[in-house]
Amino acid sequence: MQISLIVFPGTNREQDMAQAFKKLTGKTPQFVWHKDTELGKPDLIVLPGGFSYGDYLRCGAMAAHSPVMKEVIALAKKGTRVMGICNGFQVLVETELLPGALLRNRSLKFICKQVHLKAATNSNSFMSHFKKDQVIQVPIAHGEGNFFADAATIKQLEDQDRIAFRYCDENGAVNDAANPNGSLGNIAGILSESKTILGMMPHPENATQGHQGNLTGLPLFESIIGAMN
Amino acid sequence: MTATALKKEAPSFKEPTITPQLAAEHGIKPDEYQHMLKILGRDPTFTELGIFSVMWSEHCSYKSSRLHLKKLPTSAPWVIQGPGENAGVIDIGDGQAAVFKMESHNHPSYIEPYQGAATGVGGIMRDVFTMGARPIANMNALRFGAPDHPKTRQLVNGVVAGIAGYGNCMGVPTVGGETNFHARYNGNILVNAMTVGVVEQDKIYYSRGAGIGQPIVYVGSKTGRDGIHGATMSSAEFDDESDAKRPTVQVGDPFVEKLLLEACLELMQSDAIICIQDMGAAGLTSSGVEIAAKGEIGVELDLDMVPQREPNMTPYEIMLSESQERMLMIVQPGKEDMARKIFEKWDLDFAVIGKTTADKRLRLNMYGKCWCDIPVPPLVDESPVYDRPQKARAKPAPLPALALDKDIIGSFKKLMACPDLSSKRWIWEQYDSLVRGDTISSPGIQQTQAHKPADAAVVRLSDKKALAMTCDVTPRYCYADPYEGGKQAVAETWRNLTATGALPLAITDNLNFGNPEKPEIMWEFVTCLQGMAEACVTLEYPIISGNVSLYNETNGQGILPTPAIGGVGLIDHGNVSAGFGFTQEGESIILIGATKGHLGQSLYLREIMGREDGPPPPVDLAAEKRHGDFVRSLIQGGYIKACHDVADGGLLVTVAEMAMAARIGAELNVSGDASFWFGEDQGRYVVTTTQPDKLLELAEKAGIPAQILGLTGGSALRIPENQGINVSEIIGIHEQWLPAFMEGRA
Repeated sequence: MQISLIVFPGTNREQDMAQAFKKLTGKTPQFVWHKDTELGKPDLIVLPGGFSYGDYLRCGAMAAHSPVMKEVIALAKKGTRVMGICNGFQVLVETELLPGALLRNRSLKFICKQVHLKAATNSNSFMSHFKKDQVIQVPIAHGEGNFFADAATIKQLEDQDRIAFRYCDENGAVNDAANPNGSLGNIAGILSESKTILGMMPHPENATQGHQGNLTGLPLFESIIGAMN
Repeated sequence: MTATALKKEAPSFKEPTITPQLAAEHGIKPDEYQHMLKILGRDPTFTELGIFSVMWSEHCSYKSSRLHLKKLPTSAPWVIQGPGENAGVIDIGDGQAAVFKMESHNHPSYIEPYQGAATGVGGIMRDVFTMGARPIANMNALRFGAPDHPKTRQLVNGVVAGIAGYGNCMGVPTVGGETNFHARYNGNILVNAMTVGVVEQDKIYYSRGAGIGQPIVYVGSKTGRDGIHGATMSSAEFDDESDAKRPTVQVGDPFVEKLLLEACLELMQSDAIICIQDMGAAGLTSSGVEIAAKGEIGVELDLDMVPQREPNMTPYEIMLSESQERMLMIVQPGKEDMARKIFEKWDLDFAVIGKTTADKRLRLNMYGKCWCDIPVPPLVDESPVYDRPQKARAKPAPLPALALDKDIIGSFKKLMACPDLSSKRWIWEQYDSLVRGDTISSPGIQQTQAHKPADAAVVRLSDKKALAMTCDVTPRYCYADPYEGGKQAVAETWRNLTATGALPLAITDNLNFGNPEKPEIMWEFVTCLQGMAEACVTLEYPIISGNVSLYNETNGQGILPTPAIGGVGLIDHGNVSAGFGFTQEGESIILIGATKGHLGQSLYLREIMGREDGPPPPVDLAAEKRHGDFVRSLIQGGYIKACHDVADGGLLVTVAEMAMAARIGAELNVSGDASFWFGEDQGRYVVTTTQPDKLLELAEKAGIPAQILGLTGGSALRIPENQGINVSEIIGIHEQWLPAFMEGRA
């Protein structure tokens, strides 16, 4: 099983992500520097969080055009699984591997806090270890995570069961009070039509270790690793 | 633009004639100017005048404070490096070391809050990774003016966004800090930033150690015209014209600093670097002089080779620029190309800009001409030192007999809502406190960032080991009685670390005071240091790094004396740390330490009775140590479920914070008046346990005062005589003020 973790200049949650995979596989994923153009044959490509290229221009916009992303896009289109978290989600949206846009939080501020998410589906290889509608608690840490798409796209995402997670309260109610950043429909994460690409703003990797006081992010990693075995 | 191109385009600029008047405009006093002439044996060039002015500024030379700083306790068997390097270093076992320091960026943050605060954070992180350490956590201590002052809201907004913007992008978690409001900071806010890093002991880098004939390498960002004379600005009082100083504030680029961090740490894995110094205040001047002075060598720079952002820069501008994200290092001859490759990988500038020499002179060449030739030893060793006169204020009179309000819960509600005690969620939710995945405890009373709120932030190093860290000072105590206030600042950090179960190891200090040329301010400074020193000695808790910020005055009004202390402790027993939230219903709540009901200088007195008088609570250092060592042994022994020190606001506030963290109430069955519930007696902890008899027995054996207050449980915080309040209502009150204030509703 080869997991390739792409590191752009400015990426900063690669260690957190490696920690999560290592807990389950015992192995640190392979780090791939953004200037590399040869990825080999990974089973999973991970785009971790951070501020790629300083998030100058627009979050994820420059990373989307970096040398390694040409290869990532080519592999993704052939069906290699890709997971983008936070800045990685922003990169996936900028490459148009995932639809929509991530706008500034409606508070216009960076927000780091624990939020609750509802697993809106479990019928994909990233989420099979969740129960449908299971509520988990994970942190967010972003300034631009306000998901937006036009009505037709939202309808398509819903019809095709491509909404992965929605922000909710601790009891699972999806409402405006539980929406930390203004995302349309409280959408926190979405899937590609092929269900092989996942993008999400929250950080499940920061809810996988005993010392983090919360393990509810683990099923995501168990699902992916299970699917690859 | 290439270096050769620059050389060809020698610009035509005329340097001003050097006069005593021009020297005075550079902040150089007449006798200092005379001494400078003696050192040079001739009139200075304009570049030399600029260099003397920054090197002899208060900010760089510590001329008012040096004499007194020497008296501080700075050593212990576990101290690897005390003050004098980029940051202090302590041994934390297993061949590892913790590197930390706190530094102020007060003046720039007032003038341009976003960039001022951002570059403050950038600068302190650079100090830490210059030593080879990877920064693992940031903290900050902030003081703003009165909420009703017209500038306060905008300053809070800018400073917090600046800290967040820089720290978040760097991927270093901001795990804690403190924020207060007081009218005495109306014209001078304080932004003190602290960084803690970790390094293997055999990979620590210093600014000392350069030899002769070695290449001098410049890495990082290009040099621009920003920040020229920042150090001099930070050494003067403000007046109404200070806004005109905005161009002296540096502009930060956290993305470049992230690259610089990774590139430096990568190169540091080899043996290419002999010594290294970051370019902070006074930029290339102070870093070049530092390396020369510590290596007892000379430095010859070819300024044409310095990467420049703007054309036609003069030697004066290049030497005085405070452009950010730059480093100066001395590299092993022959290793330049290997080092260059690493910096090119990270898309950073890398330039050999000179060499070290035997003659102990700072010589600067540009456009085919020598612009500066100063002997380094007298520039450094003969910088002015002042033993400034001091004048003591009278000790505060004891409080008169006061008629205290019997409505304890009513007073409690007002206290929980006051700016100093109210939740700072609006601030810390803008800081990424979780990146790197090792944060065990971080800010906030409710579990909204890390899950375990604690008195100090706790960051994991391994499954066996963690570091605890905190920033504290109580300026109103320091103003009322600088000696007791200095003791208390150190003791409070020690107590906060202890309350997590950590063994406090060392501190960094950030000494913020007014104009030292005023005898009363100088007395505040020296007396605070005396109190700090005594606490450090008794608590075996040395000062290993620090920073002095003087002249925090505007139109003659100085700030409250604010010696901010950053403490670091070690948890090395399998990460058994205590948080302050109750863990379950039915735990016994026990108060450790003696309660006399000290109301002088308390928040209760200020917020409820509208007066700021009386003496601050005295700190009995011997008792402090006994109580703390006892509490730590209880945590390590597993007797304690939760632990919280009693600080601002007193006992009831402490218990309420423990209740809010768990959303579990408490039934307290001891009686007392407002002085019991809100007095700020020192050396106290509230702990919870399921083994109260055992705990009381241990306390009695150790001769430590311990008193059962009641039990955890229910949804309300209750005290005798039918007074109580629901925990959810406390949370509402506590969360109310800051967001309302920031939105202009309070």
